[in-house]
Amino acid sequence: MTNQTHSEETSTGLSHNKLGMWVFLGSECLLFGALISTYLIYRGRFADGPAPGDIFDIPFTSVSSFVLLMSSLTMVLALSALQRGDERNNRLWLLTTALLGAVFVGGQVYEFTTFLREGLGYSTSPFSSAFFTLTGFHGVHVSLGVVFLMSLYISSARGNLHKERAETVELIGLYWHFVDIVWIFIFTVIYLVPSPTS
Amino acid sequence: MTQTMEPSSMTTSNGEKSHRPLGVYTRPKGGGGWRDWVTTVDHKKIGILYGAAALFFFVIGGIEALLIRLQLATPNGTVLGADTYNQVYTMHGVTMIFLAAMPLAAAFANYLIPLQIGARDVAFPRLNAMSFWVFLAGGIFINLSWLFGGAPDGGWFAYAPNTGIVFSPSHGMDFYAIGLQITGIASLVSGINLTVTIFNMRAPGMTLFKMPVFTWMMLVVQLLLVFAMPVIAVALFLLTFSRLYGATFFTPELGGDPLLWQHLFWIFGHPEVYILVLPAFGIISEVIPTFSRKPIFGYPFMVFSGIAIGFMGWGVWAHHMFVSGIGPVSVAAFSLSTMFIAVPTGVKILNWMATMWGGRIKFSAAMLFAIGVVSMFTIGGLSGVTHSVAPADTQQTDTYYIVAHFHYVIFGGIIFGLFSGFYFWWPKVFGHKLSEKMGKLNFWVMLVGFNLTFGPMHILGLQGMSRRIDTYSPGFGFETWNLVVTIGSFMIALSVLIFLINVVISARNARGLPPTEPDPWDARSLEWITPNPTPAHNFDEIPIVESLDEFWHRKYGSDEDGKVVRVATAEEVCQDGTAEGVHLPSPSYWPLVFAIGLPFIGLGLIYSLWLCVFGGALALMGLYAWVFEPVDDPDVDHHEPQKEDA
Repeated sequence: MTNQTHSEETSTGLSHNKLGMWVFLGSECLLFGALISTYLIYRGRFADGPAPGDIFDIPFTSVSSFVLLMSSLTMVLALSALQRGDERNNRLWLLTTALLGAVFVGGQVYEFTTFLREGLGYSTSPFSSAFFTLTGFHGVHVSLGVVFLMSLYISSARGNLHKERAETVELIGLYWHFVDIVWIFIFTVIYLVPSPTS
Repeated sequence: MTQTMEPSSMTTSNGEKSHRPLGVYTRPKGGGGWRDWVTTVDHKKIGILYGAAALFFFVIGGIEALLIRLQLATPNGTVLGADTYNQVYTMHGVTMIFLAAMPLAAAFANYLIPLQIGARDVAFPRLNAMSFWVFLAGGIFINLSWLFGGAPDGGWFAYAPNTGIVFSPSHGMDFYAIGLQITGIASLVSGINLTVTIFNMRAPGMTLFKMPVFTWMMLVVQLLLVFAMPVIAVALFLLTFSRLYGATFFTPELGGDPLLWQHLFWIFGHPEVYILVLPAFGIISEVIPTFSRKPIFGYPFMVFSGIAIGFMGWGVWAHHMFVSGIGPVSVAAFSLSTMFIAVPTGVKILNWMATMWGGRIKFSAAMLFAIGVVSMFTIGGLSGVTHSVAPADTQQTDTYYIVAHFHYVIFGGIIFGLFSGFYFWWPKVFGHKLSEKMGKLNFWVMLVGFNLTFGPMHILGLQGMSRRIDTYSPGFGFETWNLVVTIGSFMIALSVLIFLINVVISARNARGLPPTEPDPWDARSLEWITPNPTPAHNFDEIPIVESLDEFWHRKYGSDEDGKVVRVATAEEVCQDGTAEGVHLPSPSYWPLVFAIGLPFIGLGLIYSLWLCVFGGALALMGLYAWVFEPVDDPDVDHHEPQKEDA
């Protein structure tokens, strides 16, 4: 994410920034892969603490997952607006995407505090450590995405984000979609696969 | 990297035109001396910085090795004592692998990849500078632990639960976990950067299969880094969170599984072996053809065996865990995959020998070291195959046989390869050759010392001497060989000293003389088309590539009988480095500022969150200033050629 642009032809035809982003996302797959594996190993090891099946509020998390997935749609709308040169709608959809992301993170904060109140601390069991670490890492990724989106919004509001720089929005979009797709896996693994109960 | 900016990005965030930026956003203009080095984004200078820092850590890791050998020279040694011994062998491994071998490979990668593919810099020059400074910050951070109550003492692979606070109460393992996390950022960013560079910045005509083998091996290494670093990152996060915040990943009482650490570590750790060795393979794949005066034998086989190693390297990790109780099916599967991975490695060895076969071999220092790799690495590879036989491995695990094996691979394969690279590319980088005479002395002393050190370890290990135990009692038959090993280790130290003296003396002898003539070795690949030392802008004009070994084919053709004849002298083919008006990326302060922030965040996590605030603010400031600094400073339009000599 450097602010370099390339008027030169590259060997692959992809810009450096875009190829770099794809390679980075490939690397991120292994990061989440390792975290998800850790969770899968530990989901049944809840020691004396709450079991996953006892504590998850699946309807609540389904709603916040829906919110996050919808933000991918608004992200696409933001990019498409800018590619048409429609900066006003670009800003509108960037802001909407950031808001949806923030709602998701807010839901996660609410979920974490509820779990804490119900006796699931970070040190309670390998299950709790793995759960908070995996979803926490995802939450940090979403939060960073919100920061990127707001930076784009501010940049646009100051009149610095024009059609020619649509690729920057596209790159942040790639990151954003990746974080969404990862959540589909995490949501499935944690919430949809039947969890052990105590 | 000639870049013309699109008009829209010529403005900074506050709307001002970037050619009149606010003071802090001005890009540094150099100014000579150290300022050029701390703000540089030139891949060649960054390569030299990597090399210098890594050699420094190499000497530190070597001193740690000598301390280990002094302790073990005689039975019941008292040089170090058990606790210090644990710290010294842990830091020897950590330093040599993460702070010496990997960054030395990065030095060669940074310097040579753009030159070999005909580019003027890497894809992201400032990220490249950041990689170096972050690596240095991480290396210094880990070594700070010596001053803060004790270094890491859990071994370089840091098996849980020995690394928990119960068994390792000092802050050493915190420094290990956070420090390697920091150097991991450097490796990951550098991996992405060089991957994009190789894919995207090849000169016109240079298809993937016209790239030199060195660049190919480095491409495999960068991809391995990209995919392996996040796995060790997760392992280190789990360890850090367990130690600092009471996570229970490795707490058996609550159901935590110490084997999880072993799996995560070795899923990273085995690709890491190839991250270390493939650069050396790449180096000698350039050296051997040059000094055998033949093209590399079986180029596609060399490339594909490297790729095969890159893939198969992901499927052998559990051979590090045969005695951990992973079950007979896993053991059988990983035994087989371990035997299979010897095949592509064997292909490489045979191809190097076939390259030498029938060649007119010139035994220069670089060539001697390359032959050293072929022979010594083969011994290490063969003892490695003995590990794939799981019942035998059960006997060998945690004995000196293992230590002997991986030193034949890492020292015999990697260090010899890197030294070969030093002697080969020294004139390219510094404009003068290293003394060949001292180089050959360096080689022979190192070869003898190396075999004296690590050869007897096979015997010691099979006799049952355990690694990582701080002493041994007399009467087991360990005395003689341990003394031999210690003498050998000091011979290695002597050989490194000869190298360092060679560096100083050769530089002194070259003072006042004109730089080495172009193409001192009658070499084959594109980097030699530039004058020595490489000018800041690399190529006067980007070469159009027509064949593998492009540079050689510009010098030689064939007559009507098909015999090879010289068609052009090196002077005619080489560029003279006088191009003007080449637009180069401007230097920047911010990669350094960002990197300085990271160790403070690390110290803050361990001691006091206030330091985190300071470090975080510094890193954030670095990042934001980075984003908002003008992409190029139009005031320093054009690079003036021959302004500086590396």
